[in-house]
Amino acid sequence: MSTTLSTTTVGASRIGYETRSYFRSPDAVFFTFLFPVIMLGIFTAAFSSSGEIQPGPGAEGVSVGAYYLPGMLAAGLLLSGVQNLAVEIAGEKSNGTLKRLGGTPLSPVSYFMGKIGQVFVTGALQAGLLLLVAATVLGIALPTTLDAWLTFAWVFVLGITTSALLGIALSALPRSGKSATAVVIPIVLILQFISGVYLQFSQLPEWMQNIASIFPLKWMAQGMRAVFLPDDFKVMEQNGEWDLGLVAIVLVAWLVVGLIVSRITFRWIRRDA
Amino acid sequence: MDISAPGTGTIPSDADAAVRIRGLRKDYGRLAAVDGIDLDIAHGETFALLGPNGAGKSTTVEILEGYRLRSSGEVSVLGVDPAHGNLAWKARIGIVLQSATEPGTATVREQLAHFAGFYPDPLDVDEVIAAVGLEEKARTRVSKLSGGQRRRVDVALGIIGRPELLFLDEPTTGFDPEARREFWQLIRALKAEGTTILLTTHYLDEAAQLGDRAGVILDGRLVDVGAIDELGGAEARVPIVRWREAGGALREVRTDRPAELVASVVTRLGGEPEGLEVIRPSLEDIYLQLVHSAGAEAHDHEEALA
Repeated sequence: MSTTLSTTTVGASRIGYETRSYFRSPDAVFFTFLFPVIMLGIFTAAFSSSGEIQPGPGAEGVSVGAYYLPGMLAAGLLLSGVQNLAVEIAGEKSNGTLKRLGGTPLSPVSYFMGKIGQVFVTGALQAGLLLLVAATVLGIALPTTLDAWLTFAWVFVLGITTSALLGIALSALPRSGKSATAVVIPIVLILQFISGVYLQFSQLPEWMQNIASIFPLKWMAQGMRAVFLPDDFKVMEQNGEWDLGLVAIVLVAWLVVGLIVSRITFRWIRRDA
Repeated sequence: MDISAPGTGTIPSDADAAVRIRGLRKDYGRLAAVDGIDLDIAHGETFALLGPNGAGKSTTVEILEGYRLRSSGEVSVLGVDPAHGNLAWKARIGIVLQSATEPGTATVREQLAHFAGFYPDPLDVDEVIAAVGLEEKARTRVSKLSGGQRRRVDVALGIIGRPELLFLDEPTTGFDPEARREFWQLIRALKAEGTTILLTTHYLDEAAQLGDRAGVILDGRLVDVGAIDELGGAEARVPIVRWREAGGALREVRTDRPAELVASVVTRLGGEPEGLEVIRPSLEDIYLQLVHSAGAEAHDHEEALA
């Protein structure tokens, strides 16, 4: 083996290590991986008798389960990235993992490749599981056009990357591993309530919609609705349009914010302590 | 301070030293955790750093490892300033920290194989597992191991990269006596291969077993450095003769010729002196004497600020 190991090779080995470690942590699997699937199941069952949701009188409607599917996909992006990484990295800071890694020749770039790769793999499996359960168990019809799936692909990739970087950035906030869930979960939970994941976005007051529009989750959910809901539903969006261009712009902006904050705040340990 | 006391055997020349420290200071506000340390450690040497909690041992070692930044002074570790140590430098050192509390979801073998991948020329994973005596636990998750077994994993992770210089911070705390002896064998094997080792420990027998030289650090200063059997100087090893005079007063005299002194006391008292003792100070006595004469108490300002 050469004397300088490729950052990419080590990064790839980190992805495997991190992903394995994720699936061996019951907390992470339940609260970030399975949570959206469970919520989708509960919503579908709870509202099974309440009829269809329609964008307007006489328009084509969808079942409650079908209506909530895009929101749960968006929530999955947020949980797999932001909640998972913010809690995990804050924990690694206080339990000595980062200190140990910082004493080895592991490049921080490889470390981040491992984290982002883990989010990518688990996020993709999670979305796959959601779609599978939706299509088979819950009987939700999935899009059939290539166009819709291409939109899904870029919203997913952009959303999961932004979410992963924001998770790394947010991990700087909790003062200890123990307080990490207490700091991170309320943020993630509030975002889910105001961004159209659990509550129908079109029924929220305008001021709340405006606040939600500052944050990325609303745009991830909107992008997913554009993929999975009939085109008529766009009248229920804030501008009466899917606004996919705006979805891309806001997500890229948050991606850059996440990248910059991660770059500035990440340390293996606080050296001046 | 005389850092190259005669008879230490391994007197490092400046250029050749694996670790070179000059005038090292670390201040926390007005407190000096490390207060002017000079030290050289030669290539291939095993150096034991002794001292009570809060004396500045860990701070010093963490500066050498690159974990903390010094306030002033010069430090060179394998020819590199650890404050600017890059990945190539980190590949040449091994660090065994004080206990970590990672979740340990990987098995022993997975963890070691993964860490081995960080280094350009690692040791064989299975050989390292055997060396730390964890063959039977190789497929067990680290979280399921006992405290002593986890510590062996820490040591294994510290040596997997075939380090030129190994830092061992209180490596055997929590080991049972048998595990400690096995651990010492492992360290001797590394030493025989030429690894330079900096060991901090509370156990004087450990320092005596493994160390070529030792230094005692108190209140951020190195109060003594030397070969283990010369620590404290010749004076500290002078036997003590203790007895009671006819009136009952306790007398204590240090002399290189205890038998002669006892004979003279016997002659003077005209019989067996009461409570007669001849004491040769052990390493522990010498160490405690050093600690007490420096008036050092184990104060915790270092921990409090860390």
